[in-house]
Amino acid sequence: MAQILCSNVTVGYEDGAVAKNINFQLDAGDYLCILGNNGSGKTTLMRTILGLIKPLSGQISFDTAGAAGQIGYLPQQTPVQKDFPASAEEIVISGFLSKCGKASFYKRHHKEEALDNMRRLGIENLAHKSYKTLSGGQQQRVLLARALCAAKTMLLLDEPTAGLDSDSTAEMYNYIETLNKEGMTIIMISHDMDAALKYASHILDFGRDGISFMTKEEYMKGHRNE
Amino acid sequence: MNNLLIQLSEYLSYPFVRYAFAAGILVSLCSSLLGVILVLKRYSFIGDGLSHVAFGAMAVAAVLSVTDEMLVVMPVTVICAVFLLKRGQNAGVKGDAALAMISVGAMAIGYLLLNMFSSSANISGDVCSTLFGSTSILTLKSSDVAVCAVMSAVVIAVFVFLYNKIFAVTFDETFAKAIGVNTEFYNLLIALITAVIIVLAMNLVGALLTSALIVFPALSSMRVFNSFKKVMICSGVISVIAAFAGISLSILISAPVGATVVVINMVIFAGFSIFKRFA
Ligand SMILES: Nc1ncnc2c1ncn2[C@@H]1O[C@H](COP(=O)(O)OP(=O)(O)OP(=O)(O)O)[C@@H](O)[C@H]1O
Ligand SMILES: [Mg+2]
Repeated sequence: MAQILCSNVTVGYEDGAVAKNINFQLDAGDYLCILGNNGSGKTTLMRTILGLIKPLSGQISFDTAGAAGQIGYLPQQTPVQKDFPASAEEIVISGFLSKCGKASFYKRHHKEEALDNMRRLGIENLAHKSYKTLSGGQQQRVLLARALCAAKTMLLLDEPTAGLDSDSTAEMYNYIETLNKEGMTIIMISHDMDAALKYASHILDFGRDGISFMTKEEYMKGHRNE
Repeated sequence: MNNLLIQLSEYLSYPFVRYAFAAGILVSLCSSLLGVILVLKRYSFIGDGLSHVAFGAMAVAAVLSVTDEMLVVMPVTVICAVFLLKRGQNAGVKGDAALAMISVGAMAIGYLLLNMFSSSANISGDVCSTLFGSTSILTLKSSDVAVCAVMSAVVIAVFVFLYNKIFAVTFDETFAKAIGVNTEFYNLLIALITAVIIVLAMNLVGALLTSALIVFPALSSMRVFNSFKKVMICSGVISVIAAFAGISLSILISAPVGATVVVINMVIFAGFSIFKRFA
């Protein structure tokens, strides 16, 4: 059975549908890249997959490995209050919350893994800094580290490289690729066509005439013929 | 100095002084812990807003000629507070605006009812007591202190056991929900506890002191500390010190208790601000 199966899904808000007829399925270890113009509904689909909003119609089903509490999420925007006192480390470790179950304390290994994830993203020196004083790119990495802590089987990334410099962007893609090779399913929204074609195994294209799902090879063939 | 200490220990031999210390410190501690969350959620003025709701509820009780008006006032205030607080980060109307609407609305309804069905009750006295506490902190009974002790135990237990969830839900509700935290439940739980505590505190020490206890320790510690945990701990410590110092001082110089505690909190805030500037 597929890890995630999306059949005939329509996503949107109370005031109407944003994207209709979305069909795709992914197995564990797949790397899906979602492409499409601004406002085409990519973020809305991701929020629907996460259960933050309900699909207007259709069904999204997960196998046991994709159930709640296993998915890491990097939002496109995190509206954080300017005056919220929180250190980078506190934010990163909060990603483990879903893995604590009923218990409400982090274990020692959670703390170590959190620091590990920060090290991998090159932000371990920011651990005790106040989040609100970090630069945009540093904040993005803190939130990515938090997403990594939450992810067990699947990682949903909404424009993960927005605001990163070119070195960090390359590092970020390499890092996501490593995770993917280790078996993590990746669903990533990106406007970066080159990266999509380099790393992804599947493409979900929010095109002008409908939403189509295909493997990367099919996508490249289709575009060569144009 | 020694003289003062002897004088203080003499006063402490009176039960009502001990009750005042115990209740004052416990209420301060609870309000300051909840205060960090309330300030961050833009509900700094909730004590004041709820005292207006209490006034409206009192008017309703007077019109219905309910003898024990607390039976109306308590539930109405708690329900309003829960209604306000359980709305999450993504609510359409933000905290300060929702609070303003409710408190002004309650005042209007209360005034309207009293004017139309005037029943000669001593309303102005009642309004005064909702603002400044129905009982002075120096006339508390041992049962009041027991109530304070129970509510402090509940608040501290909740903050110790649910600390990480409270942080996640307050900091980024969307992410918490996305990774499977039951944010509605925690929002409701925090709202319920906060509502009950604030209404109880208002009754014991008055809305003005409650408001001060909510904002000052939280804002003082947020001046200096960058981490949520440190802010929480510091806020609790400040509030206990301020309550102890304030009540002692007010007894020694025979000043009003609530006002003295507020002034001490203001002095601490000023001290922290100056420290931040030069540190
Ligand atoms: N909370 C909301 N309520 C109502 N409509 C919304 C809401 N959020 C987004 N929309 C609408 O849904 C449409 C799709 O938005 P979405 O954020 O999914 O686009 P996107 O594909 O992620 O675009 P981008 O590339 O700019 O991130 C937009 O037209 C937007 O106006
Ligand atoms: Mg988007």
